[in-house]
Amino acid sequence: MKKYWWKILAVLLLLYSIIAGLLGPVPALPIVHETIRNVYFHVPMWFTMFTLYTISVVYSVKYLSSADPHHDFIAVESINVGIVFCIFGLLTGMLWANFTWGAPWPNDPKLNGSAIGTLMYLAYLVLRNALEEEQKRARISAIYNIFAFPIMIVLMYILPKTTDSLHPGAGGNSGFGEFDLDGSMKAVLYPAAIGWILIGIWLMTLRFRLRKMEYQNHTATS
Amino acid sequence: MQTLKAVRSLIHKDIVLEWRSKYAINGILLYVVSTVFVCYQAFKSVDPTTWNALFWIILLFASVNAINKSFVQESRDRQLYYYTIASAKAVILSKVIYNMLVMLLLSSIAYLVYSIIFRNPLGDPTLYLAVVALGAVGFAAVFTMVAAISAKAGNNSTLMAILSFPIIIPMLLVLIKVSKNAMDGLERSASYDELMVLLAINIITVAISLLLFPYLWRD
Repeated sequence: MKKYWWKILAVLLLLYSIIAGLLGPVPALPIVHETIRNVYFHVPMWFTMFTLYTISVVYSVKYLSSADPHHDFIAVESINVGIVFCIFGLLTGMLWANFTWGAPWPNDPKLNGSAIGTLMYLAYLVLRNALEEEQKRARISAIYNIFAFPIMIVLMYILPKTTDSLHPGAGGNSGFGEFDLDGSMKAVLYPAAIGWILIGIWLMTLRFRLRKMEYQNHTATS
Repeated sequence: MQTLKAVRSLIHKDIVLEWRSKYAINGILLYVVSTVFVCYQAFKSVDPTTWNALFWIILLFASVNAINKSFVQESRDRQLYYYTIASAKAVILSKVIYNMLVMLLLSSIAYLVYSIIFRNPLGDPTLYLAVVALGAVGFAAVFTMVAAISAKAGNNSTLMAILSFPIIIPMLLVLIKVSKNAMDGLERSASYDELMVLLAINIITVAISLLLFPYLWRD
């Protein structure tokens, strides 16, 4: 109970966000109508992806100073899970865009930015496959990860702010905060975000433990 | 002080080496000129937006090809020798500065050839040239580090393209936007934000290269 309380919390928060997100009150707005409920699922995906990528870059830095293979495992598994959340974020966004903007892929800087950001992390995985030796692979991919991280931030969070975007809160559009007068949406959005972040970390630790066991087997036999 | 001296002599060594053979620089210049000719033959005349985009694409591929070589033309033994006499920081700094000089030369020649062959009126030539210079320096800063990484990873040019293109895209988007502003002769104050972003990306990439390269060179 001491160690896995946060996993139970994650499941409870998700259950709450699904029930309250689908049944709770939302502001009546033109164009978006009821699809505004997608904000409870679309936005947490990006929060989770960003958290996982941040964990990954922190462990890459740690790897460079410690050369402990476990740090490398955490870095790569965070990116693996982060890419999954990024794809889910793109899919929920495309579904939403199809209803509100009329097309699944309008020419929006935030969409293109996140697609290119995904390419960057897929390139990280390709780089890992290109390197045979384990320590060299860990070190060089950690360096690429740290190098790519600030550029990912520029691409996804700074450039869309300077250009016109269809997304709320950018290019003169108003953010959702202005419609959410009584805070009833925030009461669902924040728990949902925390729940998804915890689920992402849970998935990462599962994959990390699997990889650690493989590594131990490998070193024990050879 | 020691580092600065080492940087200066390493850059000097790179320039002398290049001047003796003139292989890389001539090859890449020929590459740029023939690409411009191919585009000219294919397009004949283009509208301003395409003109601008085409110029940056030519420059992008030329710089990938030019900088890709920077870590492989020297043998392993000779690189080991450099690391015994200079710090890793001096090595990467000298490579970055040398590549910046090469890129400035390359981009100014590319711009000259391109604008003579494809005639296109520029609204604000000074700003356009400044953006080209800033872009050349930025390409050099980003690609030098990526070339160092891909040289460690067996150095195939596919890997260089895969690793560098997603990283360069933000800079390329800003460059295309500002140079379009300069071409249309907009007020300079309209481009200040983008110029600041470009400058910030350049400084960040050089700083990160300096921090990370000492971990990279050891085998």
